[in-house]
Amino acid sequence: MTLPPEAGAEAEAAIPEAVLVGAGQTEGRSLGQIAWMRLKRDKVALAGGAFLIFLILVAIFAPLIVKYLGSPPNEFHQELIDTAGGTLAPIGRFGGMSWDHLMGIEPVNGRDIFSRVVYGSRISLLIAFLATLLSVAIGTTLGIISGFIGGWTDTLTSRLMDIFLAFPLLVLAIALAGVFPDQAFGLQGNQLRIALLIFIIGFFNWPYIGRIIRGQTLSLREREFVESAKSLGARRGYILRTEMLPNLIAPILVYSTLLIPTNILFEAALSFLGVGIRPPTASWGGMLSDAVVFYTQPHFMFWPGMAIFITVLAFNLFGDGLRDALDPRANR
Amino acid sequence: MNHSKSWRVRSLAAVGVSATLLVAACGGGGGAGNQEGSGSQSAQAAFNAASSSVVNPSDKKGGTLKFANPGDWDTLDPGETYYAWSWNFARLYGRALMMFNAAPGKEGNQLVPDLAEGPGKASGDAKTWTYKLRKGVKFDDGTEATSADVKYAVLRSTDKQTFPNGPAYWEGLLDLPKGYKGPYKTPNMNTDSAIETPDKYTIVFHTKAPFAAFDYLAQQPDTMPVPKDKDTGAKYRNSIVSTGPYKFEGLQPGKSFNLVRNDQWDPATDPNRKALPDRIEVTLNVNADDIDNRLISGDLDVDVAALGVQPAAQSRVLQDPALKATADNPLSARNWYTSINPTVPPLDNIECRKAIMYAMDHTGYQTAYGGPFAGGDMATTLLPPNIPGHADFDLYPNGPDHKGDLDAAKKSLEACGQPNGFATNIAYRAERPKEKATAEAFQQALGRVGIKLTLKPYPQGDYFAQYAGLPPYVVKNKLGLATNGWAADWPDGFGFLSQVVDSRVIRATGGSSNTSVRIPEVDQMLDKALTELDTDKRNQMWGEIDRRVMEEAVVYPGVYSKALLLRSKNATNIMVTDAYGEYDYLGMGAQK
Repeated sequence: MTLPPEAGAEAEAAIPEAVLVGAGQTEGRSLGQIAWMRLKRDKVALAGGAFLIFLILVAIFAPLIVKYLGSPPNEFHQELIDTAGGTLAPIGRFGGMSWDHLMGIEPVNGRDIFSRVVYGSRISLLIAFLATLLSVAIGTTLGIISGFIGGWTDTLTSRLMDIFLAFPLLVLAIALAGVFPDQAFGLQGNQLRIALLIFIIGFFNWPYIGRIIRGQTLSLREREFVESAKSLGARRGYILRTEMLPNLIAPILVYSTLLIPTNILFEAALSFLGVGIRPPTASWGGMLSDAVVFYTQPHFMFWPGMAIFITVLAFNLFGDGLRDALDPRANR
Repeated sequence: MNHSKSWRVRSLAAVGVSATLLVAACGGGGGAGNQEGSGSQSAQAAFNAASSSVVNPSDKKGGTLKFANPGDWDTLDPGETYYAWSWNFARLYGRALMMFNAAPGKEGNQLVPDLAEGPGKASGDAKTWTYKLRKGVKFDDGTEATSADVKYAVLRSTDKQTFPNGPAYWEGLLDLPKGYKGPYKTPNMNTDSAIETPDKYTIVFHTKAPFAAFDYLAQQPDTMPVPKDKDTGAKYRNSIVSTGPYKFEGLQPGKSFNLVRNDQWDPATDPNRKALPDRIEVTLNVNADDIDNRLISGDLDVDVAALGVQPAAQSRVLQDPALKATADNPLSARNWYTSINPTVPPLDNIECRKAIMYAMDHTGYQTAYGGPFAGGDMATTLLPPNIPGHADFDLYPNGPDHKGDLDAAKKSLEACGQPNGFATNIAYRAERPKEKATAEAFQQALGRVGIKLTLKPYPQGDYFAQYAGLPPYVVKNKLGLATNGWAADWPDGFGFLSQVVDSRVIRATGGSSNTSVRIPEVDQMLDKALTELDTDKRNQMWGEIDRRVMEEAVVYPGVYSKALLLRSKNATNIMVTDAYGEYDYLGMGAQK
């Protein structure tokens, strides 16, 4: 009897995954490669990730997209509005949907909803990304310091986190955004509003990530490789950079991805409450806020609502997948 | 007249806007034109019929009318209440010296004597006004209402610590002694310099300045007599002693009350009131959409606040011809306009202001406020057409389609030395979607001729005190335009114009609704009109003032406000009175 030709392949499949791809090569595989492998198998997370890339491209190329598929986001089309009948609703079915206006038009002024949703993604993503960056920067720095140094530094930082966590953030945000002047720090108008929103959302969200990093640092500090580095006379800075930080990348990455959708929702909430971006600049929350008055014309609320919903869902799915890939021991 | 008054009216407007998400109103010019008594069936079948005639006329007594209020009453106390609909309603339980006639359309604008036997008799300088009272008018406890009760009612209303929200005309106008703080705090002070009561049926008012339109003041509910021994100050609102055909029963503050017949009311003393229904039941704090649905089903007769139907009912009513035929679309005495501030360069040049007048898309303005039905008619003057003295003119024609005259705008820009346009800002109240839409419409329309507008939302609570009404702030922040609006306390040129075109009400410390009209000539014209005792001549003068203001292009007249009201299925004698821009609550009867 001769061996079936497939036998070799079967034998190969029996080899553990960690050495599968590297078979024939001498070096093992990095954590990143393993994570990427796991992520590739998670189709839901990949779909979420693909949508996010799509969304980022949409935000970057918004002017180009709108040029070919819509009309300028602030342009009125009142000739498409039922002014004679007095309802001020778009003429035609589904909120005036047509090839010129893919998602229909707004009641009263007839602005193109598609263009405004596309342009709104810029505001949402910009604020969410930068606010998350701010939170992560502050949270990671203070979390590592607190966890690694310990002692009274840890006590002080932990109490600071408690104070920030107990802050009625929404109330503060509304008050701050309401009283802020038109010009400050060399910025004015919407630039200042965006900076302010980034600050409010980012600056008050850092303790969430800070606590996680502190906990991770505490457990890492006691691990053998840190102990051995210490015993070999490594300095604090060296240990932080070479031993701790690489091991913290995974939680930082995961929680950033999960913080972004929270921030998108928060920005939308602030715009909805009228303390966000100034009109007529389009933002998703602002569009929802406008649509409330026209609750008899659901299409107006549907599109920006869907945009927020899908974006937040995509971020969450991708973030969950990323966590599973980077840290398979973590319980959901 | 003074600060608290202007503040009050603005806050009324604010409540009105926030209470209705979208004030519904339909335009259509009242072409129904059914004559009074031409048959209830045909009259009932037409849109806007009650704006010009009596729908469902009847003299049948008895039955119950059901009223509902989407909010709470500000107060039922005649000395403090300050809503048009509440003044309309107060005539059911109180008798002021004068009153607006219970009649449809323009006839409703006429003042008729109520507690007084006739209109006030003025001295030659229009500073002394004498009224003779009817004999035999009684409170609901059987005691006679005399001139002393009227005097007491007027004096107590001047106590703005007890009644902070009431109209504030009397204390500014009457020749009261120095340091007078009302009958509660200064009970022993002699006030004969302001009001004399030579006998039980005569009352004489003395004013500091001429006030030719005094009869309008005498129709305010604060001249409804209040018996001193039954007055409980701020609590009187819950135990009002009636002089009208109805008195209170089962009043639960914030919830409900009923009006039942007052057996002490003698029809012989009252030529104005038919007093048809036996009962009027009023429910407070009812959901506004619920009110609309119950009006449509016939379960309810009147939305007493008369702000117009909500958006959900609005599209239903406008799209269903049968339902539309049961609706009315009256004008209210309100103009939603936009101030153009001549203190902000380059708007100090009249040509630049004219450029804005020509370049604006007027239909866009109208649409921003809700369109021809919910918003109102496009305005070309400050005075709304239902105010006597309104003159019809249009100094800045904006093309046959009212989308703006861009050629004229460009010519004005060249004359102003800004051929490529300029940049300025527009202030609006952040909480008001309609003002936001107006600001956006301005931005779009003015952008067509190169005028770049930036939107500046401000909180409505401090809009006039700290932002758009604070002159130094306006200049510093270059608020060239500011959305604005005004409703008259009563349908008269003075009531409408005094607070919005008199430059002397502008204070450097802010708070004035007038932000842009600074024309010394207009101030003089106002003073002159107040000394003119002839009503027709006076009304003509209001129109001239209006024109003079428009010549300066310091106000963009937006829309004459309208509301879409639903007519009751059960009520009879339904008519819209121009005095309030609402259904007349006094003449209304009930089928069952």
